[in-house]
Amino acid sequence: MSKKVGITGNEAIAQAMRIANPDVCGAYPITPATDIMQRFTSFVANCEVKTEMILTESEHSAMSACIGSSVAGGRVATASAAQGIALMWEMLFIASGLRLPIVMGVANRALSAPLNIHGDHSDGMGMRDCGWIHFYSENAQEGFDNMLMAFRIAEHMDIRLPVMVGLDGFITSHSIETMEYVDDETGRAFVGEFKAVNPLLDIKNPKSYGPLILTDMYMEYRKAHDNVMAKVPGVVLEVAAEFEKISGRKYGLFESYRLDDAEIALVVMSSAAGTTKDVIDTYRAKGVKVGLLKPRLYRPFPYEQMGEALKHCKAVAVLDRADCFGGSYGPLFADVSNALYHYAQRPIMINKIYGLGGRDYMPDQAEYTINELIQIAKDGKVKSIKEYIGVRE
Amino acid sequence: MKTWKEVNPGAVILEPGSARKFKTGSWRAMRPKWIEENCIHCLLCWVYCPDMSVKVKDGKREQFDYDFCKGCGLCALECPGKKGQKAIVMEQEGN
Amino acid sequence: MATPLTLKELSRKEELFTPGHRLCAGCGAPTVVKMVLLATDYPVIASNSTGCLEVSSCISEYTAWKIPWIHSAFENAAATISGVETMYRSLKKQGKISDEIKFVSFAGDGGTYDIGFQSLSGAMERGHDMTYICYDNGAYMNTGIQRSSATPFGADTTTCPVGSHIPGKLQQRKDMTKIIAQHGVPYVAQCSPSHWGDLMKKVRKAHEIKGPKFLNIIAPCNRGWRTQSDDAIKMAKLAVETCYWPLFEIENGVTKITQRPREKKPLIDFLKPQGRFKHMFAPENEWMLKAAQEHVDAYWERLEKEEACFAPPAPAAAEAPKVAD
Repeated sequence: MSKKVGITGNEAIAQAMRIANPDVCGAYPITPATDIMQRFTSFVANCEVKTEMILTESEHSAMSACIGSSVAGGRVATASAAQGIALMWEMLFIASGLRLPIVMGVANRALSAPLNIHGDHSDGMGMRDCGWIHFYSENAQEGFDNMLMAFRIAEHMDIRLPVMVGLDGFITSHSIETMEYVDDETGRAFVGEFKAVNPLLDIKNPKSYGPLILTDMYMEYRKAHDNVMAKVPGVVLEVAAEFEKISGRKYGLFESYRLDDAEIALVVMSSAAGTTKDVIDTYRAKGVKVGLLKPRLYRPFPYEQMGEALKHCKAVAVLDRADCFGGSYGPLFADVSNALYHYAQRPIMINKIYGLGGRDYMPDQAEYTINELIQIAKDGKVKSIKEYIGVRE
Repeated sequence: MKTWKEVNPGAVILEPGSARKFKTGSWRAMRPKWIEENCIHCLLCWVYCPDMSVKVKDGKREQFDYDFCKGCGLCALECPGKKGQKAIVMEQEGN
Repeated sequence: MATPLTLKELSRKEELFTPGHRLCAGCGAPTVVKMVLLATDYPVIASNSTGCLEVSSCISEYTAWKIPWIHSAFENAAATISGVETMYRSLKKQGKISDEIKFVSFAGDGGTYDIGFQSLSGAMERGHDMTYICYDNGAYMNTGIQRSSATPFGADTTTCPVGSHIPGKLQQRKDMTKIIAQHGVPYVAQCSPSHWGDLMKKVRKAHEIKGPKFLNIIAPCNRGWRTQSDDAIKMAKLAVETCYWPLFEIENGVTKITQRPREKKPLIDFLKPQGRFKHMFAPENEWMLKAAQEHVDAYWERLEKEEACFAPPAPAAAEAPKVAD
């Protein structure tokens, strides 16, 4: 029996982990993700899961221990954020390079300096090219659902890659929202038994993991990784279809909201999408054909499908909750632009940087952006491609 | 050489001890020579050899494994020999 | 049934570290690995930090390891094996695995004393059932002989080169063995491949003790020490005989010197054959030889005192008046 509950995003992630019942979790506390492991260790303490914890002395060791556990041959999960992810960055590449199905819940948070503990996508964007699969969640419900599906995707025999499931730090991680669980029995049956591939603990068949690979072979391993990445969207959709059967909730690679007939559109990830949808409704009521695209699977980025979904628009604004300091545009903007570049007729693109370090994203910021898109759609004039919004000038 | 379609996922090596296929004997500039009559079969050369290149059968020393011996000379230095006569001496490779 | 610790019997065992590895001719590290594995009568799984041993023993599709082995990075051999060991406990608890397996880590001094220190300290504190083995060659040999905190005082390395103003490394080495002992782990020991029996006994002892164990094993490097390719064992022996590298163990807080040199040789016997200490023999650097010797003497003296603290009671105690039954 599924039930409606009022819980925080962090608890939603912890509950999904409880259902998945990992064999081992290695973790280190960090705001705003600490709560995930606090809740989870209480499940361990009360024997609600079979999990053995490794409470390490750093995130680097947490991910290293997860790698050791995963190679040994069992289900492994962890949680982190921000500086923690920055510290484990080296190990993130190793987890994916060794093709280990580790699942990590992330309460997305800004990176230092200046020190800031609030919601922002800088940490996720920092691990963008680490070879992991990335999901971003709008609310606690999506966090729970994505986390449950993450185990299936990570452990899929055609994939065997680590998965990150993000939700916005504090905004989602600490807010209480109404959501619906999948009951334990159904959830456990959905996630299924872990199947080991070349486990290190199989002492009768000794394996060596982590060889030195030189110029003659390195590219072949990278190409193989790229090839696996290409299979991910198909598996994500396959798992989503199965998940719909048990939950009634439908997921794609991204969510399209009033987008089919839209002339202008906003692309925005995670919690800010909720606010934006409300504003879109008020503009729609006034007859403005505006829609929204909310990325869910961020890595691998579904360039083709996203291009198809947005190509008919006259103007598109991409909202980034992180910036790339290279004099360039926000990371999501760069990806969406790439998705549209190949079309002869494509929307005019603008980029707004918003909500850094937990700065509130308010309806007036969405209105401001939509008004600008209306003007661009009309006269084609762009005053500046990239702009910080919600900042004191 | 393998193509990207043939490499093992995660670069795992499934054949234990496959390094035996990689012969290091060609590194040798000096060659150890075993003088059997001076050998007391103490097996110190066997236990100290960094390249597992001293063959032993039923607790008795046998010939060097020249496929792998790198010619470091450690065995010759450590060899106690018999009555002051070394059971291993180093010679120039190729002589 | 444990294999008797005689070379004859040990030579009958399967070789678990194969030739075909690409460590330099005369390297001390493979002998250390070989001895550790020969002493081990259990199935064993190893992690290995990035370093000479790792890059040379597992390249492309060639592995010298016949035991399950994982290398993930430089600073995390301890954290990595702690993950493997924890998964083992989890699966064992669930009845999915029944083998009795031992877990070891191999790491150089860089991966142990320096960059891997935190990871090692954490794993020791968490109490994993594992034996961490440092093969200490006293510098970052894999990257070309840079100084580490295990580099001895005075040594000429590529990052503390002897120049007109600075005569090599000016700091004493870190006392890693005792630092780990201070974690309160049940067993730490210092070993040398020149004393193979002592080394193997310590490996055996470590395997029989539950919890985290630490073995610090000297592993001469003829490239970094600038010695001959044939003298790794000779140098390791001199390290022990000069008390530069005393062989001792600390079991549950009790210190014991396991091999006391018959005659404590002067430290210069160990320094002189090594090119990295050549400058210390110049007349103006006499103070360096003195400082190095004093440090070794002080360490040895302290070690003897530590051992004496736990020595069996003096005969006087035996002569104490008998108490009536």
